[in-house]
Amino acid sequence: MKLFQRSEFYLVVLIALICIFITSQNPNFLTLQNLYGVLRSASVNGIFAVGVLFVLILGGTPDVSFPAIAQVTQYVAVLALIAIGGGNIALAFAIAIVLGAVMGALNGIIIQIFRVTTIVVTIATFNLYFGMLYVLSRGDVLFEVPRPFHDFGGTLLFAREGANGAVYGLSLLPVLWLAVMIVGWFILRRTMLGRSIFAMGGDEVSAVRIGVNTFAVRLFVFSFVGALAGIAGIAHASLVLSAIPNSIVGVELEVIAAVVLGGASLFGGKGTVTGTMLGVLLFAILRNGLVLLNISSYWYDVTIGIAIILGMSANAWQRRNQVNVAVEGEAP
Amino acid sequence: MQPFLQLDGISKSFAGVHALVDVDLTVNSGEILCLMGENGSGKSTLIKIVSGVQPQDSGTIRVEGQDVRDATTAEMIRHGIQVIYQDLSLMPNLTVAENIAMARTIREGRRLVRWGEMRQIAQEAMDRIGAKIDPDATVGDLPVGLQQMVAICRAFTSDLRLLILDEPTASLNRTEIEHLLALVREMKDRGIAIIFITHKIDEVIDVADRVTCLRDGRNVGSLTGEELTYDRIVELMTGREVVPVPFVARIDPTQAPVLSVRNLTKRHNFADVTFDLYPGEILGIAGLLGSGRTEIAKALFGFSPADSGEIRIGGKVQPIRNVREAVAAGIAYVPENRLTEGLFLQKAVGDNLVSNVIDDLTGRGVLIDEDRKAAMVAEWIGALSIKVADPSAPVRSLSGGNQQRVVIGKWLTRRPKVLILNGPTVGVDIAAKAYIYEIVHNLAHEGAGVILISDEAPEIVNNSNRILLVRGGRVQRELETRQTSAQELHRMVAAS
Repeated sequence: MKLFQRSEFYLVVLIALICIFITSQNPNFLTLQNLYGVLRSASVNGIFAVGVLFVLILGGTPDVSFPAIAQVTQYVAVLALIAIGGGNIALAFAIAIVLGAVMGALNGIIIQIFRVTTIVVTIATFNLYFGMLYVLSRGDVLFEVPRPFHDFGGTLLFAREGANGAVYGLSLLPVLWLAVMIVGWFILRRTMLGRSIFAMGGDEVSAVRIGVNTFAVRLFVFSFVGALAGIAGIAHASLVLSAIPNSIVGVELEVIAAVVLGGASLFGGKGTVTGTMLGVLLFAILRNGLVLLNISSYWYDVTIGIAIILGMSANAWQRRNQVNVAVEGEAP
Repeated sequence: MQPFLQLDGISKSFAGVHALVDVDLTVNSGEILCLMGENGSGKSTLIKIVSGVQPQDSGTIRVEGQDVRDATTAEMIRHGIQVIYQDLSLMPNLTVAENIAMARTIREGRRLVRWGEMRQIAQEAMDRIGAKIDPDATVGDLPVGLQQMVAICRAFTSDLRLLILDEPTASLNRTEIEHLLALVREMKDRGIAIIFITHKIDEVIDVADRVTCLRDGRNVGSLTGEELTYDRIVELMTGREVVPVPFVARIDPTQAPVLSVRNLTKRHNFADVTFDLYPGEILGIAGLLGSGRTEIAKALFGFSPADSGEIRIGGKVQPIRNVREAVAAGIAYVPENRLTEGLFLQKAVGDNLVSNVIDDLTGRGVLIDEDRKAAMVAEWIGALSIKVADPSAPVRSLSGGNQQRVVIGKWLTRRPKVLILNGPTVGVDIAAKAYIYEIVHNLAHEGAGVILISDEAPEIVNNSNRILLVRGGRVQRELETRQTSAQELHRMVAAS
């Protein structure tokens, strides 16, 4: 009974149906090689999505500035590694995480002090960060990223040779995504900090009354989102092996949609890491399926739209069937 | 004996307005003190000072004889003073266990969550008051009565010495109220001091050891023991006697019903609801929360329309599939929760009043004729005696009684044929209540049909000529009001 009330359940069913359909049309879908590819391409959005989930649970409209933060941190980290002539990937991550956290914290501070909604503040900082990047970089594309990015992006686990002679395996990016999800899950489920985020999303005034330090919690959430954006930025650079100032921005709506489809509420206080993962996977599988079925990628946006509408309808349908009054003599 | 809490000469002003003037107040351990007073009399301010939310301007607070100065909420909790706010201050998205235990785990500076321990803290608190609630249930899914139990359990996670309950019964049904009052008495027997704030006089008589009343920010006196009678309490509150005027219907027997409902049914809400409403009538609907009374009203107003059955307005079949059709047919609905369903809180009093007739106020073209609007607003503010200095002040700045007048007035501007009132006087003080009843009586006398849904038996008995008893989504009985009394109706509803 409980199972049917969870949006995760419907997502799993939906994903299974889509997988069956795609496989029936093109058996190549259900090969390890293809599935590794799906996971690899889903990882950057998946890391973003964990951050978006935190902001949605905290309540009060989504953050849209994370792609700009990823863009800036990616560019700065690549420049820094070029400047020192190599370095290692850990340094790139460290730079991106610290810088991202600072940029995210600014969102949190503005929201707390001026009591403006998240989406308004983050539209502003999105433009600020993205604009600054363009002004300072003059739009220069860094076509060559240093060696460590190649190494990190190219490492394959469980590598084997495919039928066509190409080597395939599990990239490190999904592993990174998994690590981020585990950290996110742990914070949300197992720490008082995480429960305080839920409490604020449920009712901020009540949270204050039971002693939640709302400023500290908000500051953490937005720094965390910024740090994750930094991690996603490095992951992205390792995937595409370049740093192009406008290569990430534009994903924000898709990521937010995936998280909402995964059961997070736009009104706060509700959402799970599992649901978020399923939402991201659903979109990645849809994109992959369209390629395998030889359908124009323009249809991708259409299918995303339909998926969101279906997800919302399922929610509304659940509500409609809710029993308000136990009417005497009525069949259950 | 030394009182647990002693306030001497407490004063507080906001921007030059005196909220509290030289208030003395004491409460002893093991005593139930009912704090009364009309809306705006200073009760909330007093609670905020006692609980450490706001400091007083002058005066002293003593807890067990010890001076307490500039205390924070956390310090007051350490003194054993806790408040159950009217809004309960719960997190609707979290479980019962978390809502109860979280305040304590935060207070103790925990970093990690141990779910087993959370459940244990919650279970211990529930055991102390004999509450049986599933610790894993989501609080938002519980009925209000149980939510309140959760809030009370939370107070029991610390060493509780004084519990302040701010209008705890306003949104509870009869059974829930009785349960709560029993619990309050039990806490008293254990030596806990209680400050109980309510507008309901029968509850006060039922539970209070002592009543203290605030009027215009001053303590105007206390009553104990034998003095706790209905009339004495009303007199203390209002400074004069308020005699309720019972409704006497003036119905022309030759007239057809203004509203006829036949076999109205909505799955999971109500079934086979049949009744007539005549012009000039006030039809009371009595039933517990969850009996289907609100759902019937919402179906008549097209908010969540019925699945089957027939609705006739003035003899003509009138399908009601949405609110627009209901409004066009002359039905008006004053909802249970005026704050979220009945008002545009941030908007001006005037804008709210005319919001239902805005189409009639457009002069030539599409713009609103401001002169006509101002005239109309002035007329209704006068007719309803709404106390507001400036019609452009936001509705949220008004007192509860005045807000409710705006909600009702908003619908009166349309001159409805059928007015449905759902709990019209919840959170409204006695003087303002009398005024609202008068407005409703007059509307009926002018020929409208009124449906009055209420939790309070005296309210229905005093203000209707016919009563429907609703239970399990069905009309169980229909009776003439003059054949029953408040006590009898009370029993019938509770028995159902």
